[in-house]
Formats: sequence, C-alpha cells, structure tokens
Amino acid sequence: MATEASRQPVSWFRGFYAAGVVPWVGRGLVVLLFIWLGVNLSKTPGDFGILLVEGVTLGLVYGLVALGYSLVYGILELINFAHGDVFMLGSWMSLYIGVQKLGLDASSSGFKVVWGLALTLVCAMAFCGLLNASIERVAYRPLRNAPRLAPLITAIGMSFILQDVGLKQLGSAPVSLPNILPTGTVFTIGGNKYGWDHLIVGLSALPVLALLVWLVQRTRQGRGMRATAQDQEAAAMMGINVNGTIWFTFMIAGALAGVAGLLYALYSTNIAYDQGFTLGLIAFTSAVLGGIGNLPGAVLGAILIGLIQQFNEGLSWHAPGSDWTQSIVFAILILILVFRPEGLLGERTPEGG
Amino acid sequence: MPETGKIVDEVRDPWYRRWAGLPGEWKRRYRGLDDRQRFQVGVVIRALVVIGLIFIGWPLALLVAVLFAVPYALAYVPKPWNRFNKFVIPTIVLVIAVTYPFVYSGAGVRLEGRTLNLLGAYPTLGTMVIMGVYAMMAVGLNIVVGYAGLLDLGYVAFYAMGSYTAAWFASIQFAHRNIHFGAVGVGPNTPGIHISIWILLLLAGIFTAIIGVLIGLPTLRLRGDYLAIVTLGFGEILPQVARNGDNLGGFNLTNGPNGITPIDPPGFGNLNFLTGSGTFWTTERLYFWGVLVLVIITVFCSLRLRDSRLGRAWIAIREDETAAAAMGIPLMRTKTWAYATGAFFGGVAGAYFASFKQATFPGDFSFNISAFILSMVILGGMGNVWGVVLGASFLAFLNQQGLADIGHSFNNTFGTSLDVPKYQFGIYGIIIVATMLLRPEGLIPSARRKAEFHEGVADTPLYDVQA
Repeated sequence: MATEASRQPVSWFRGFYAAGVVPWVGRGLVVLLFIWLGVNLSKTPGDFGILLVEGVTLGLVYGLVALGYSLVYGILELINFAHGDVFMLGSWMSLYIGVQKLGLDASSSGFKVVWGLALTLVCAMAFCGLLNASIERVAYRPLRNAPRLAPLITAIGMSFILQDVGLKQLGSAPVSLPNILPTGTVFTIGGNKYGWDHLIVGLSALPVLALLVWLVQRTRQGRGMRATAQDQEAAAMMGINVNGTIWFTFMIAGALAGVAGLLYALYSTNIAYDQGFTLGLIAFTSAVLGGIGNLPGAVLGAILIGLIQQFNEGLSWHAPGSDWTQSIVFAILILILVFRPEGLLGERTPEGG
Repeated sequence: MPETGKIVDEVRDPWYRRWAGLPGEWKRRYRGLDDRQRFQVGVVIRALVVIGLIFIGWPLALLVAVLFAVPYALAYVPKPWNRFNKFVIPTIVLVIAVTYPFVYSGAGVRLEGRTLNLLGAYPTLGTMVIMGVYAMMAVGLNIVVGYAGLLDLGYVAFYAMGSYTAAWFASIQFAHRNIHFGAVGVGPNTPGIHISIWILLLLAGIFTAIIGVLIGLPTLRLRGDYLAIVTLGFGEILPQVARNGDNLGGFNLTNGPNGITPIDPPGFGNLNFLTGSGTFWTTERLYFWGVLVLVIITVFCSLRLRDSRLGRAWIAIREDETAAAAMGIPLMRTKTWAYATGAFFGGVAGAYFASFKQATFPGDFSFNISAFILSMVILGGMGNVWGVVLGASFLAFLNQQGLADIGHSFNNTFGTSLDVPKYQFGIYGIIIVATMLLRPEGLIPSARRKAEFHEGVADTPLYDVQA
C-alpha cells in the first residue's frame, strides 16, 4: 500500500500539489482563524477570556478520551470505534455507583464527596478497563490476521451493542446528575464566572495524564507497549507477550475512558446514551489533530478542539453557533487529513497518515 | 504441597476455550475434505436449512428448497443448453418478485393474514417497497465496499442528497419559481418546481455522483480506516447542513427540521402512483413494481460493472493496491469512479424513497442508517450482489415489521416486556460482529472475497514496515 503511486492524485489535481497550492491554502485557513479570534478578542475580551479557560477545561476531559483512541491506534492501528461508548458506559457507571448506590448529591458533606468520588472513580476505571479489554479479547483478537477493515467493522458493531446497553440502562432521555462538586465561583473574567466544579474537573485530569506518561515512559510494561507499537514481530522475538501487551493497552485506554466518563458526568451533570458517539468522534478528531498515536499530541489536539468548540458556541462576532459545532469539528478532521495527515505533532508516514 | 514428579503431557483447555475453538475445529476438518465429501456436506447442510425453515413457514421453505435444488439439477443439463443455466435462478427470483403482489393479496395462495412462525407476518407491499429501496442502496454501497474495498461510513449522505434533489425539484419548496415538466398529479397553477420523478431519479443520481466525486477527490488518497472516518464526517455534516439549512444566509434551502413535504408522486400520464387506478393498479403495487424495475436495473448494472475493465480494476485494488498500481491501474481515478457509481445508486434510491414517503426530513439521515446499510452488505456477503440483495431484504424486513413481531412473540413466550425494536441497532451490531467473527464472507459469499478473508492478507500487516 505504501507506494508513491498510491499517493498520486488524478492528473489535473496533481498540478495543485506540484505547484504547492495546497499547503498555502492550509496556511491561509489558519491565518483566517487567527484573524477571527483576534477580532473577537478585541470586541469582547471578557467572553474570550472565560471561553479560553472553559475550553481548556473541556479539552482536558476530551483529552482523556482522545488518549484512549491514540493508545489503541498506536499499538494496533485500529480505530476503536467502540471507545466512545465505553466512555459513555463510564459515565453510566459513575451515575450508578456515585449517585444511585452511594447517594452523593449537592448536600453531601465534603468528606463523603471525596471518598465517594474516589470509590466511584475506582469502580468506573475498573469497569471500563475490563470492558474495553474484554472487547479486545472477544471482537478484535480473532481478527488479528484478517484484512485491515475487518476489525474496524467489528468495532462499529460493538459500538452499537454498547450504545444499546447504555440505552437499556439510561433510557432514551438524557439523565441529569445532582451537582456533587461545589459550584461556587473561583474567579470572574469580565463578569463571567468560572466555577469550582469546572476547576476541579480540569485539575483532576492532570495527575491522570502524568500517571499515563510515567506508565508509558518509565515502566517495563510501558516499554513493552512502545516496542509492540513499533514492531510486533520484533517485540515478540524480544520476549514481549504481544497479546498480553495489547490487552493491557486496551485496559489502560478503557480506564482512561472511565476517568473521562466520571469527569464528564461531573462537568456537564447530564449524561445520555448517545453521548459516546458524538464525543467519541470529537475525541477521535482531537487525536488526529494532534497526530494519532502521539500521546502529547492527543492532549494538545483535545485542548484545541475544546477551545474551538467553546469559541464557536460562545463568541458573538461571526461565530456559527452550536448548531454547527459538529460540522465544524468534522470539517477540521477532514481538513487535517487532507492538509496535514500526520497531525500537529505526528511524524509523516509513508502512507500519508 | 502439590504432587511433584508427575509429567503432564497434555494440558486440557478449560471448557470455554474448547467451546470457542469448536467452529475453528469444524472449519479445519472441512478443509481436510475432498470435493466429493464437501459436496455431501453441502447437501446435508442445505437439507437441514430447509427442514429448519419448514418450522418458520412452508412457502418460505419451499422457495428455498427450489433455489437450493436448482443448481444440482442444472448440473445435468446437456452441453448446448447449459449456457442458459446462469439465467435460471435470476428468472425464478424475478418471477416470484413480480408476482408477489398477486401471491400476497390474490385469490390463490394469499399470504396476507398468514404469519410465519418466529418472523411474524409476511412482508406487506409497503414493506417490500422499502426492502427494494434498501436493496438498491446496499447494492450501491457494495460497489464501494465490496468491489473496491473502500469502507464508506457516510453512505447516508448520498441517500440524503438524492432525497433532497427529489424534494427540491418536485415540491412547493421553491414557491417563487413555477416550473412544470411532466409531473403527475400536480395542477398547472401549483407553485414551485415540479419535474417528473423519472427524470429526477436520473438527475438525483448524477447530482449525487458529482457530490461523491467532490467528497472523493481530496479524501481517496487516504488509507482505508482514515477514509472510513472522513466519509463518516461527511455523513454527519450533510444532515446537519440539512437541519440548519432553513436559513443559509437568509435562504431557505432545506426547510430545516420540518423537512420538505409533500413531494410529487411518480406516474405515467394519467396513471398517478399515489392515487392508483382501479383495483389492479393499486398504489402499493405501482410503487412496488416501480422499485422492482429500479432494483433490476441496479443489479444488472452492478453485475455488468463487476465484469467490466473498471470492475476488475476495483477488485484488483481491493486485493492489493500496490500490485494494482504496478500493473498500471490509475488508483485515484478508479477509486473515484467507485465512489461516483456507488453514490449514483444511493442518490436514485434516495429520490425514489422520498417520492414514496412524499417527504424528506433531516432526522432520517443519521449515522445509524449508514451502519444499517453496511450491515446489509456484510451480512449478505461483501462483493456478491445476490448476497447483498438478500441481506438488504432481510434486514429491511426486520426493520420494518419483523423485529416488532419477533418482539411480541418473544415477550409472549418469556413473559417479558422488552421493547425489541427500540434496540434494533444493537441487534444489527450483534449481526455485524457475529458475521465478521464467524462467517466474514457473509451469507452468500463471493469466491474471491472468501479466499481473501480466509487466507489472511500477508501483504498488509497490522504494523507498518517503515520504508
């Protein structure tokens, strides 16, 4: 597949590439984006500031999901379509344990909230991790040697199955959660409040990210993961249990989705059975934007997407508004894949992304 | 302290692993058989299928038994006559399809009111129309997925484009224009553009094919799974444009979430599909025969395309892109043609469907529909037109009435109150996963595709060998 010929566009189209038009179109789009942001900043600096902070917060939650896509893609080159729905079930598990079993709500004491959320977090991580790993075992491993699209198709099927599990548990209407976290104001920018709940959600994502970096970069298991991602056969020859490593990677990705599920439930206090599909695609776009398979890239891409979403929905000057959020995210995905398939931080591969 | 010194020469797998290994074991044993033994196994399996179907309903079992028996009988047709063999089964299927309205509600067998065990009532003519529309879409998607091997997760975008093309040019949407051309059942003073649906079918196909090319040009350079995601993106963007399209810079293009309705019916001269004519040409029969003609054209084109130079190029690309490029196949152009052709049929189906429903709503075009059509292709057998038509008919039947009936009988049997149609997409998900794991070549496999799935693809490893 990785030939020069496979990268050649049709003849008249090739002219654009040869003349270097395409990169300049891409740069032009980026310049336009910055002009738009600049004008908005000068018109409503207060809105701009709060949206910046909110965007980073949202982006960190997206980042946890995006990392799951990136980890799995890095090791198996598979777009784990079911990942978004694992995240959705993480939200459901948080609701089930935190609200329905432990009875956390707005009136719970600070001590109860802390240990209750810790317990919920552990349950959600364990549940999602095991779920993701068992999906790998049941649905992807038997197709290791099948044509490349086979596991992707299976992943879509798994996504539908999980979505209906969520539908069974949550019902078709969105379920709202009580405000478990304190909702007081941390600071205001130009009259816009930034709440403690959002700050706590944003800050909670950071140690998880640090833990993941430590796991991948410093531990023996992480080295095994990186080796497997680079070359499965060679890794196997070096004595790495390749199947075990892939299983472990799915476990980690699932646990991240569990954390994200809880944080998202706390952040939006509203969960629905189909949130996994939408948010999963946003997260996947983030992963592609940052360079899929690249872990810091996934977080960077997620923060950018979070910012874009918040700016689009909140800014007043020529912002398309929330009706168009999904279209914009997908347009970014398509533009990135066309103009810079390796993403912001990724390396250029012979197959062009 | 465990017993030491005992040599275990065979480790027995736990029970679940033995059960999981059973299909693989059967497959291995089947491979070890010679041709004659395989023939015998085939006869036994077919007989078992027919016996199983008798419990569902004898007309179905009889039909399947005939279809199974015909190839065995045809093997005995002598030399000069056997060149007509390949037309026998299509003719049988065609005759049954054309006469279905009479069988369904006629004086003879009369399927109306009868029920199949487990599957519930026989498909009504309205269901048959929808089955036909989905069959067209599935055959169109099969060109992209089955022939060219490009996974398209946004096929619903083409369906939407076709529907909206019909809606724009055969309704009162653009009321400030007053263009009439061959529309049936529309007064001369009705505002809006009203063009004959038959012309619009072609127009919708061409328009959608152009959209397919426009989507394809920037994206077809991408590798398979990226292409899948990008098509999914387009499949999400187009319905959102339709949803927000009631105010595109002040212009009402799509009438937003309210959709465009009513859309003119098809017809010939005085024969209006919507009102019918007499007791013979009823509305449902007209729509059914209409879609049947379209399906036949689609299947015919698809079969002829497969054997054409272009079709062989598609299959070559699917099997090995590098080798195909080395043999001088222009990859981009060939892939773009696959896209355009697949989109064409999707557009035609969408336009006909819109005319049948007399409406088009942005809510009809969700990702679920793309995956639904994809599961038809996978269940039926990627690359095999007949399999795809079978898969499409079966799943569309389940979607329209089968699942509700199955749900009723399930609830009555087990005393549950499960709303089965609510979970239909989970059921399609199970069908997709089960097919990919157990029989990736689908119900009616195409021989080439089957070989690809079972040999494994040595030249596209999951990990990249970096050049």
